[in-house]
Amino acid sequence: MVSEVIMKKYILGRILGIIPLLFGISLLSFAVINLAPGKPVALENSLNPRISAQTLLRLQKLYELDKPLHERYWNWLKRAAVLDFGRSFGDNRPVMDKIAERLPITVAINLLSLLLILAAAIPLGVRCALRPDGVLDKSLTAAMFFIFAVPTFWLALLLMNFFGITLRWLPVSGITSLDYEYLSPTGKAADLFRHLFLPVTVSSLGGIAAMARYMRSSMIDALAQPYIRMARAKGLPESSVLYKHAFRNAVMPLVTILGLSLPGLVGGSVIFESIFSIPGAGRLFYEAVMMRDYPLIMAEVVIVSLLTMSANLLADLSYAWIDPRLRDKR
Amino acid sequence: MNKTTLTGICMVGIMALAALAAPWLSPCQPGQIDAGSILCAPSSSHLLGTDSLGRDVLSRLIYGARISLSVGIIAVGISTILGVFFGALAGFYGKAADALIMRVVDVLLCFPTFFLILAAVAFLDSSIFNIMVIIGLTNWMGPARLVRAEIMALKEREFVEAARACGAGNLRIIVRHMLPNACGPLLVNATLSVAGAILLESGLSFLGLGVQPPVPSWGNMLTEAKATLGVAWWITVFPGSAIFLAIIGFNFIAEGIRKDLG
Repeated sequence: MVSEVIMKKYILGRILGIIPLLFGISLLSFAVINLAPGKPVALENSLNPRISAQTLLRLQKLYELDKPLHERYWNWLKRAAVLDFGRSFGDNRPVMDKIAERLPITVAINLLSLLLILAAAIPLGVRCALRPDGVLDKSLTAAMFFIFAVPTFWLALLLMNFFGITLRWLPVSGITSLDYEYLSPTGKAADLFRHLFLPVTVSSLGGIAAMARYMRSSMIDALAQPYIRMARAKGLPESSVLYKHAFRNAVMPLVTILGLSLPGLVGGSVIFESIFSIPGAGRLFYEAVMMRDYPLIMAEVVIVSLLTMSANLLADLSYAWIDPRLRDKR
Repeated sequence: MNKTTLTGICMVGIMALAALAAPWLSPCQPGQIDAGSILCAPSSSHLLGTDSLGRDVLSRLIYGARISLSVGIIAVGISTILGVFFGALAGFYGKAADALIMRVVDVLLCFPTFFLILAAVAFLDSSIFNIMVIIGLTNWMGPARLVRAEIMALKEREFVEAARACGAGNLRIIVRHMLPNACGPLLVNATLSVAGAILLESGLSFLGLGVQPPVPSWGNMLTEAKATLGVAWWITVFPGSAIFLAIIGFNFIAEGIRKDLG
C-alpha cells in the first residue's frame, strides 16, 4: 500500500516536472524567434510594395507586434495554457486546427517506424548474440558502419530514384494516390502501404542498426549471467533458456534506449516529410519556419516537445512496469 | 596507430587537402554559370557533370569540402569546449551545480533539438558562422557526460590528493591532473561528433536553411537533387557520396582510436 503511494508520487512528480521544461523551452524559442532580425510584417510588405503605412500599423496591432517582448510572451503563455495558440500568420486559421489535421500523420508514421525498428532489430540482435563474431554478427557491424554514415535524406533520394523512377514500382510523393477516394478498402490500404513503404523504411534504418546493436550486447550480457548456466544445468530446453531466461532480461533496457531515440526520429520527420511530400506536422513546421509564421512555430515546438517528453516518460514508466523486480518493489 | 585510424586519416586528409588547394585543384570557378552546358552528364570537359545552372559539379564539390569540413570541425570544437567546461563543473563541484547541469543535459537529450535548430537557423539568418555556433550549442551533452563521469571517478584518487597537498588549486587540479585522463574518450567522441555535425549541416542545407547558395556546400548541392531526379543522376550521387565518404573517414578515425585505447 505504502509503496503504491510512492509510485504514484513518482509518476506525479515526473509529470509535473514536464511543466517547467515546457516553460523553459517556450521561453527559449520565443526569445530566439523574436530577437532575430526580420519581422513577419516586413516580409509581408516586402511581398507587397503598395502596402500603406496604415495597413502596416493595423497588421502590427493585429499580431501585437507593437507590444514589448515580455508582455507578448505573457499573453502568449496565458493563451497557450488553455491550448489557444492563436491564428496562423499565413492563412489566419487557428494554429491548433492546422496542427490537429497534420499531427496524426506524423505520429502514425513515427509509430510505424518504431514498430518496424523493434520488429527488425530484436530478432537481428538476438541472432547476432547467439554467435558473436559469426557471419551475421560481422555483417551487421559492417552494415551499421555504413548505415550510420549515409545521410538518410540522400538515401531517400537514391531509393526514390531507383524504386520510383527507374523501376516505377512505388510512388514518390504524398501518402495517397489521386484516385484514393474511389478505391476499395483493401485498395486504400494497399495504396497507403505503397506510399508509406519508402519513408518508413528509410527513417527506420538507422534505428534498426543501433537497436540491433544494443539488443546484441544486452543479450550477450544476459547469456553470461550465472542464472543461464543454472538454467542449462538443470536441463531446461535451450529454447526456454534463451527466450524465457535470457531474452526477457535482455530486452528490457531497450525500452529506455527506444525512448532516447525518439527525438531523432521526430526531428527526422521534418526532412522526410519534405522529401516525400508528406503532409505531416514536420512539413508544416518547415513551411512555418520558411514563412516566419510565429504562432505556428511556437505551437509546434511546444506540442512536439510535449509529445516527445511524454513518450519518453511513458518509456521510463513502462520500464518500471515491465520489470517484475521494480514492479514488486512498488 | 592502427590500420583503421590510418585509413580514416587518409580519407579525411585527402578531402582536407583538396579543400585547402581548392583554387588550384578545381577545373572551374564554383559559381561560374554556363548557360550553354546545363545539366551535362559527366564527360571529359566536366568530369562530374554540371548542375541546372551549368556550374561544374566537381569544382563545387571541392569548394563545398571547405564549408562542410570547417562547419563540422568548428561546431564540434565549440561543443567540446562547452562540454568540458560544464562536465568539469558538474563533476568536480557536485551538489547543486551537478544537479542543475545534468538536468539540462537530460532535457536536451530527450528533446527534439532539430526543431529548435531549424527555427534558430531560419531566424538568425543562416550565415556559416551562425550554423557552426548553433550546432555547437546543441551538441555539448555528450562530452559533458563523459568529462563529468571521468572527473567523478578521479576525485578521490591519491594523485589528486597529492596534487592538492602540494598546494595546487582546483583549476590546476582539473586542467593539469584530471582532464588529461579524459583526452582519449573525448577525442573519440569529438571525431564521431564531427561526422554528426557534417550530417546535420548537410541536412539543414538540403532543406535550404543551412549554408545559402551561391556558396556551395555538399548539403545545398543536394537541394536540387529532388527536382532533377531521374534526369541527372550525377547531381544526386556525387555530393551524397562526398558526405558519405567524409563521415566514413571520421568514423574510421574514431573507431581506430577507440581500439587503441583498449
